[in-house]
Amino acid sequence: MKPHVEVKGLRVTAGGKDDSAITIVEGVDFTIPRGGVLALIGESGSGKTTIALTLMGYARSGCRIAGGSIRLGDTDILGLDEPGLAALRGDRVAYIAQSAAASFNPSKRIMDQVVEPALIHGRMDRKTAEAKAVSLFKALALPQPDSIGNRYPHQLSGGQLQRLMAAMALITGPELVILDEPTTALDVTTQIEVLRAFKHAVASQGATAIYVSHDLAVVAQMADQILVLNKGRVREAGVAAQVLQSPTDDYTRTLMAAARPAPKPAPAVPPAQAPLLEIKGLFAGYGKVDNTGRPEIPVLRDISLSIAKGATLGVIGESGSGKSTLARVVAGLIRPASGAVNFDGQRLPGGLEQRSRDQFRRIQLVFQNADTALNPAHSVEEILGRPLRFYHGLKGAAQRKRMAELLDLIRLPASLAGRACSGLSGGQKQRINLARALAAKPDLILCDEVTSALDTVVGAAILDLLAELRRELGLAYMFISHDIGTVCAICDDIMVLYGGTAVEIGPRAAYQAPPFHPYTDLLVGSVPELRAGWLEEQAARPAPPAIGPALDGADLCRFLPRCTARIDGLCNQFTPPRHHLPGGSDILCHHPEAVN
Amino acid sequence: MAAPPTSRESGNAFLLILLAKRVASGLLTLFLVSLVVFIISGLLPGDAAQEMLGQSATPEAVAALRQQMGLDQPAAVRFLRWLAGLLGGDPGFSLVANMPVADIIASRLPNSLILAALSTLVAVPLALTIGITSAMRQGGRLDRALNTTTLAMVALPEFLIATIAVLIFAVELRWLPSIALVPAQGGFLDLLRALAMPILSLSIIVVAQMARMTRAAIIAQLGLPYVEMARLKGVSPARLVLVHVLPNAIAPIVNAMALSLSYLLGGAVIVETIFNYPGLASLMVNAVTSRDMPLLQACAMIFCCAYLSLVLIADTVAILANPRLRNR
Amino acid sequence: MSAIVEKKQAEGLASPGWAARLPLAGKVGLGLVIFWIATAIAGPWLAPYDPGAFAHQDVFAGFGAAHWLGSDYLGRDVLSRVLSGARYSVGLAAAAAIAASCTGTGLALIAALAPRWLDELLSRFIDTLISIPSKIFALVLVAAVGSSLLLLFLIAAFIYIPGAYRIARSQAVNLAQMDYVQVARTRGEKAAYIAIREILPNMLHPMLADFGLRFVFIVLLLSGLSFLGLGVQPPDADLGSLVRENISGLGEGAPAILVPALAIATLTVGVNLLIDALPRRRGSKEG
Repeated sequence: MKPHVEVKGLRVTAGGKDDSAITIVEGVDFTIPRGGVLALIGESGSGKTTIALTLMGYARSGCRIAGGSIRLGDTDILGLDEPGLAALRGDRVAYIAQSAAASFNPSKRIMDQVVEPALIHGRMDRKTAEAKAVSLFKALALPQPDSIGNRYPHQLSGGQLQRLMAAMALITGPELVILDEPTTALDVTTQIEVLRAFKHAVASQGATAIYVSHDLAVVAQMADQILVLNKGRVREAGVAAQVLQSPTDDYTRTLMAAARPAPKPAPAVPPAQAPLLEIKGLFAGYGKVDNTGRPEIPVLRDISLSIAKGATLGVIGESGSGKSTLARVVAGLIRPASGAVNFDGQRLPGGLEQRSRDQFRRIQLVFQNADTALNPAHSVEEILGRPLRFYHGLKGAAQRKRMAELLDLIRLPASLAGRACSGLSGGQKQRINLARALAAKPDLILCDEVTSALDTVVGAAILDLLAELRRELGLAYMFISHDIGTVCAICDDIMVLYGGTAVEIGPRAAYQAPPFHPYTDLLVGSVPELRAGWLEEQAARPAPPAIGPALDGADLCRFLPRCTARIDGLCNQFTPPRHHLPGGSDILCHHPEAVN
Repeated sequence: MAAPPTSRESGNAFLLILLAKRVASGLLTLFLVSLVVFIISGLLPGDAAQEMLGQSATPEAVAALRQQMGLDQPAAVRFLRWLAGLLGGDPGFSLVANMPVADIIASRLPNSLILAALSTLVAVPLALTIGITSAMRQGGRLDRALNTTTLAMVALPEFLIATIAVLIFAVELRWLPSIALVPAQGGFLDLLRALAMPILSLSIIVVAQMARMTRAAIIAQLGLPYVEMARLKGVSPARLVLVHVLPNAIAPIVNAMALSLSYLLGGAVIVETIFNYPGLASLMVNAVTSRDMPLLQACAMIFCCAYLSLVLIADTVAILANPRLRNR
Repeated sequence: MSAIVEKKQAEGLASPGWAARLPLAGKVGLGLVIFWIATAIAGPWLAPYDPGAFAHQDVFAGFGAAHWLGSDYLGRDVLSRVLSGARYSVGLAAAAAIAASCTGTGLALIAALAPRWLDELLSRFIDTLISIPSKIFALVLVAAVGSSLLLLFLIAAFIYIPGAYRIARSQAVNLAQMDYVQVARTRGEKAAYIAIREILPNMLHPMLADFGLRFVFIVLLLSGLSFLGLGVQPPDADLGSLVRENISGLGEGAPAILVPALAIATLTVGVNLLIDALPRRRGSKEG
């Protein structure tokens, strides 16, 4: 049977039509049978999105489809003129973008945007289109399907917008759907719902699909075939199960290894018991602080933790859980509203002004994004030299010597010192970012999502480096991440934040098997496994049981609105108590045995 | 993130409070502006009484006149009295012209308003057309030509534009009068003919600025993901700009309009002077030359007030056009 | 692809040969700017006649071999007068623009790092000044204090400080939120270090472009004032004064009125073309 989509010898160039053009995609061939799902896998710069967009005859500004052929059914896409392409786009081929929040027009109602493809392509009249949109909203399990179309994008959550974009893509009944990292911007607990909705909706339309992703585990759930890309070329192509279980290409194997970081060995010397950092009953947030010590808009509520010298605490939570605020409070950027932060037995002043230079030196903060954490006006030398002089008074030859040591420590050549940061790769920048913290000779490094902005393979290397540095220098880390796999790989203890409360805190081993706090359970259960069929095995979560109205003014469980184990008369009336679980962790929950 | 369904009332109340805050802030600024104008125009030690009577006047005569004019009062009292006068429509008495400032202004203000209004009617549609066309053809030959032209135009001195207009239309072609007197009688066409060159000059000056800001506002949007999404939905280029982009670019465009239109009143000094047009701006120049402080202050306050009103209108439009503020 | 773009942007003004990479309009602009700077410096020595001498027997003479740009309303040599008038237009405006940009940038750095009340007070004051249209403000100031060369410099600088402050403050406030500034703060750095070493270097590029715009505004303002007879006073004469004194030649289309007006135009347009063509930093907007 003739394949539905056939791409041959595809070549895309950037930067002009002459010889100066740079080839960014070269010699890509693939076919997809009707109704099949092909995954394009690769890191940033692999050309995966560029390839997917060529299926709509579209190249981003500065790029050009320079050669090859693309056939969809009987249509030669590269032979179409602009009006021909416009007629194809949004009608026969539909696109679901990575960031739905940015891809919806902020000033138009959702419904107007969802039905627009059907109207401009003359597929149906407005009334029919709106009816179809509502049925798609239902199929995608969106709340209030009859009225959600009247909202504006800013009134909806990321997960909802992502599903609404799927409705917009499917409204014309396209024969090919392109999904471009559609769940990457979502929290992992939302991702699973969206994946399920996508898979169901695309399959029920019988559409062919191209799924673009860097995440192998997600792809395993969605694709029949996989194309592994690196620097614009195909590294490996095949049936999904084969590529995932027995990859033949080295690069594919590297990707697989990086996707699930192995637990790093703990340091030879066990961490001392004396706490280095100890936080008790911390409240922090914005706005006025009332007389009970709570801010008007609380971000962190009643946080207590301790990190021993040389130990590592992982802090995990979704966006808005307050994990970054915690690091900023410790660093002194945000003043706590109440509670105590002790460092090495001494009370740490809340604001920056009262801290001593030695306190500054011993706690170092490393930000997620090295692009914004390194001053573009400074060279590597200036960036590393400043803390050396500021804290240790090193100048001239002594400074250069120490700088070379630091660069060696982070496995970068000493020749990099004179370079501007803008010329470095993402991984190199993140190492410099780390080296700046090391230059202070700190006791505690606050790592705020330090691998999240990096490609999987690069991020895994940074993780290895962190583990090594810890063994060599006896550093303690507070390691903040949204990814439970990363946290489990490097941390001794793990704290789970939800809505600013520490719902669970305990040793790494306690997170290997239930019982968990209901939120931890959801979190652990939402991380896709690296094998096909996992998504189908996960039963759809039941709706949370009905409960009475929540008691006003009570400090209730923050997870209450989403909790499927909530108990009427208890969870909506009383503050949850802290329990010790047999696995070794403490949870904040009314269920004494928690969920398993 | 998902907002609960909001009641329309609370949304409207929020908008009203927001707008009321803007109005209050505008009024405060206006008050401070009046203070600045009052302080600056009183900077020089010499006073009006001395100047009126000349150097030969006896100190007694000067003192008497000072008292009569209220100049012996403390500055704060004089300021409040002046401010109250302004608010009550009596900005003082011009000693130079020997008549109330209000009367002088009343004879000139309508001329300025007519000129500004007619120039607006010409300039705004033209600027929008140029800006939008240019943005739609971004990077194309037409865009580059328009872009370079408007870029050069915004830097041209007004008297060059006006003198070239005179040379072409009055000296060479003899189509239009080189002096723009508002005809006391005659119809609208006579008025247009008389004002054609000032309108032309003013329009050229503001069109370039407005067109550039319109283009920039639209192009800033064109790089956003929602525009790519619309393209990938098969939306035509015209629909893309008019239906998708324009609503999001309204705020900066209206702001640019407000700034340019405020120029049509106060900025018209040079054009009014070249064409001998009896507007408020050339009146103010006369007030400077003759050191007629009450008149100068009143003119300055009118122009500042016009500027602040236009900015306030632009702010209001921007707030109302923003769905985040309109639908909370 | 992103690598090329980054490289392009990294080059910027710091690398040599940036002028050669300018687009045509930018090269024209650069040429005009260099020409006028040279004229402002060397103009009076190049003048073929004494700018005050009645060198021509006719008034409002046209272009000619002895007097390339003709004569003015008193029969003086227009070329000589333009060459010496350029010094006032360029020099005064450049000085005022430098003063305005530096003051505005300095105040902005203070506002970005100072306690909130100081920032608010300063911003409110600047908001007030910016609400007085520049020409109107200039008229009020000239009426109040007069128009000697020093006063004109001070007036022009003062009027354009608020604009420079606004641009600089929005830059500084954004930069003060950057992660690298947060890192410097948690390192224990003082505000002065953060302002000068971390924030200021990243403001230079946009402030340089803003300086160019401000220079253009000031040239136009000062020549406008001179045109109205309220700017540079005789016997000194800037280019605006030359337009004013020869206004009676308009009916004849005399070079005496067109040449100085065109001279100002080539100066301001040149600066504008140059600024627009300068390489932009990433993230900065078109326009």
